[in-house]
Amino acid sequence: MNSSIVGLKQNFHKAVLALAVTTLSSVAFSAETDIGQPQGGSAPPDARDPHAYSDGFTFERGPYSQEERQLKLADEHKFWAFIGDRFEYDTDSETGVFDVQGWYGTTYDRLYIKSEGEVEDGRLQESETDILWSHAYNAYFDTQLGIRVDQSREGKDRQWLAAGMQGLAPYWFEVDMTAYLGDSGRTALSVEAEYELLLTQKLVLQPRAELSFYGKDDEINGIGSGLSQAALGLRLRYEITRQFAPYIGIEWTDKFGKTADFARSEGESVQDTQYLVGIKFWF
Amino acid sequence: MKPDKSMPAFQKSFSRRLFVKGLAAGGLLSAMPNVLQASVGNAQLGSAPVLSGNVVDLVVEEMPVNFTGVTRIATTINGSIPAPTLRFREGDEVTIRVTNRLKVATSIHWHGIILPFEMDGVPGVSFSGIEPGETFVYQFTLKQSGTYWYHSHSGFQEMTGMYGALIIDPREADPIASDQEQIIVLSDWTDEDPMSVFSKLKVQSDIYNFNQPVVGDFIDDVSTMGTSGALAKRRMWNQMRMNPTDLADLSAETFTFLMNGITPAGDWRALFKQGEKVRLRFINGSSNSFFDVRIPGLSLKVVQADGQNIKPVDVDEFRFGPGETYDVIVEPKNDAYTIFAQSMDRSGYARGTLAVNEAVTAQIPELDSAQWLEMSDMMGAMDHSAMGHGMGHDMKSDTAGMDHSAMGHGMKSDSAKMDHSAMGHGMKSDSARMDHSAMGHSMKSDAAEMDHSSMGHSMKGSSSSLAVPSQKVRHASTEYGPSVDMRVDMPRTNLDDPGIGLRNNNRRVLTFSDLRSVDGILDDNRVPTREIELHLTGNMERYSWSIDGLEFGKSTPIYMKQGERIRVILQNDTMMTHPMHLHGMWSDLESPEGELLVRRHTISVQPAQRISFLTTPHDLGRWAWHCHLLFHMDAGMFRQVVVS
Repeated sequence: MNSSIVGLKQNFHKAVLALAVTTLSSVAFSAETDIGQPQGGSAPPDARDPHAYSDGFTFERGPYSQEERQLKLADEHKFWAFIGDRFEYDTDSETGVFDVQGWYGTTYDRLYIKSEGEVEDGRLQESETDILWSHAYNAYFDTQLGIRVDQSREGKDRQWLAAGMQGLAPYWFEVDMTAYLGDSGRTALSVEAEYELLLTQKLVLQPRAELSFYGKDDEINGIGSGLSQAALGLRLRYEITRQFAPYIGIEWTDKFGKTADFARSEGESVQDTQYLVGIKFWF
Repeated sequence: MKPDKSMPAFQKSFSRRLFVKGLAAGGLLSAMPNVLQASVGNAQLGSAPVLSGNVVDLVVEEMPVNFTGVTRIATTINGSIPAPTLRFREGDEVTIRVTNRLKVATSIHWHGIILPFEMDGVPGVSFSGIEPGETFVYQFTLKQSGTYWYHSHSGFQEMTGMYGALIIDPREADPIASDQEQIIVLSDWTDEDPMSVFSKLKVQSDIYNFNQPVVGDFIDDVSTMGTSGALAKRRMWNQMRMNPTDLADLSAETFTFLMNGITPAGDWRALFKQGEKVRLRFINGSSNSFFDVRIPGLSLKVVQADGQNIKPVDVDEFRFGPGETYDVIVEPKNDAYTIFAQSMDRSGYARGTLAVNEAVTAQIPELDSAQWLEMSDMMGAMDHSAMGHGMGHDMKSDTAGMDHSAMGHGMKSDSAKMDHSAMGHGMKSDSARMDHSAMGHSMKSDAAEMDHSSMGHSMKGSSSSLAVPSQKVRHASTEYGPSVDMRVDMPRTNLDDPGIGLRNNNRRVLTFSDLRSVDGILDDNRVPTREIELHLTGNMERYSWSIDGLEFGKSTPIYMKQGERIRVILQNDTMMTHPMHLHGMWSDLESPEGELLVRRHTISVQPAQRISFLTTPHDLGRWAWHCHLLFHMDAGMFRQVVVS
């Protein structure tokens, strides 16, 4: 058990980078525009006009039409969801982590709010909240545009403009990538990927990776430029229902470059292994 | 006494079984005083009251029901589930007064009935709906006979109980002989609010699928087919993000399947006397479930499809989707048989007993195991030879290969009148100018015994000829956006495929290729004047369903000229089977060779399949055309049709 964890840690960087590369290449693949593919692509010039059979008639125009369209189906309704992806507690550091998303809108356009952060001793230590307009880009990906607000109890709060993509990459990788532009020319990039391995219909093993990159140093917040932090997690959840699942997990985090240096100078650890308990739910 | 430790396990499985199979005594409750006050009468379980005559009153209202141990509110017609069986006579004019005692608008649609559009009952398309407190009077003349049904076309009311049988007896003696008959309405019930079910699917479209591929399946495959084989089996699906067990959006996880409003545990019963020939009128009145129906030990002689008599076919089993009906004749010899209708995804079943008395029972078969969709369900005709003359687009330049003499032969009765050279010329150089309708007429008038199928064959060299359905796939420009997760470029046209889960099951399963309308039903033998190609599309991950990649809200109506003979080609670019129901007119299914097979009102198109039918709109107005899976319809797989 111990030796395998050590082995995993030794291969940690490799694993994180491999996952990131897979993720990015899958996203690129899904945006592929080859004609003749069963998915995606752009319409050939001789593609049918779907309105060609209408003879110019609409719901409101033409014989037997109604002046005002009465029938509206669910494709014109708005829906909403609240997804609590991670609500977890690290027993060693006595820290709670939350990672939630909420959305409201139609199939193709939604208001998204994503928030993740840490709570210690009942106080919010730090958090990142994205407020985004999410627009369907292709069958599996949405583009997202908006702002991010960082709150930090010990450092300085930051605001960013955000642009990213979220969706499902080939081979069922859930991917969320966002680029940020802050004040004083600050930039950042965050990449998250998740995979779900069904051990049974209710028992799910979920590997997860998260990478953070920054364009320049932010000493007050302990962040250096380049790859600043990577997290690799493995969670095993039991879906009591598909909407409510407790889990146990382990998460390795590692700081890099100047971010690691800042951490060392503060007397904080650079690498960390956390054992977690948590719940995932949505409604 | 048994040891106590066995109790928890027993209770667990018992509660699960209750949920899936329902309560033995489940059904309508009439205990609530306020409901009693509103109700017309107390409903009987499992035997919908029969209303006949030329004037009928129906009342729509809410009533409490309990199918699973939990009391829920249903939407009922005259306080019964199924709704009363309406029994009318062909040729009669009927008056049906529908009173709405709900707090919201309602409607009733007469499924498969040819009538004026104002009477068709689709709110927002053919009328305004029936407001609370209002009584709407439906009045129309019955031009047909057979087994039909009726249901609400408002919101999700159908899913909460608004469906019933509509039987129209022939004016003359019924050519189908039987000693007695039973009406069997299959349906699905959920304790959840349908809108909440729908919105859950919007968040996680596989939430009700508990047949998903798991790690254990992969390990099993590795041991039987090796690692590379097991990987190959999954590669395409995983790469495309498609789920091979995506057979039904909704499963027994939320549904309890009902036979005449009775749960499987309740065991609906039909009694017969030894030696009787029994006609069973099967109606799929479910909102979202395909059923595979069989009666172990009995051969089913299928005599009617969608209300129209067909040449009898003996089978062991048939699959049908929401909206479809099949009449079968059985000749039971034993004392008891199980009428077994398992859902297509194999998560549950509806069941009843055909027996000589109330006491005897028959064994209930095990559910079949759920099958993975096959490559042909994703990619269509992988094998070029299987496409037959589906290579029409490759042949179009080669009209020299067309056999004119064979064509002439097909028109043997009076070929002198026909101008072969003109015809051949018209096809070769510019077939758009060819007057197909005129051609069709001349053929019809003097060649009643003409063999259309042979003509179809002889013409297959010309892709622009409308004698056979075109094989060239033309995707709509709107199929390349976020609304569509898959397109099929080489669809299969085989009508002899029973579909996933029924292939090679050692039972004789009904397929479309078995169906032949009896003589005289398919009376319009004109060659169609144009083709309408529509693709059934969707995006499983977004839980969006559409036609040509456009949901209803973004679509425009389809125009049809009154009296025009039109070919409709439906190509399914999704991995689910869609029962497509065109209101107001018949759908005459044809073979890939252009031979008219059978007259339907609802045509189920399998994944990656391309099939076609001919239709003649006789009645003016605006009509609905949609997938009869209620959630697919509501998600947008719906079109309006204008006939003028």
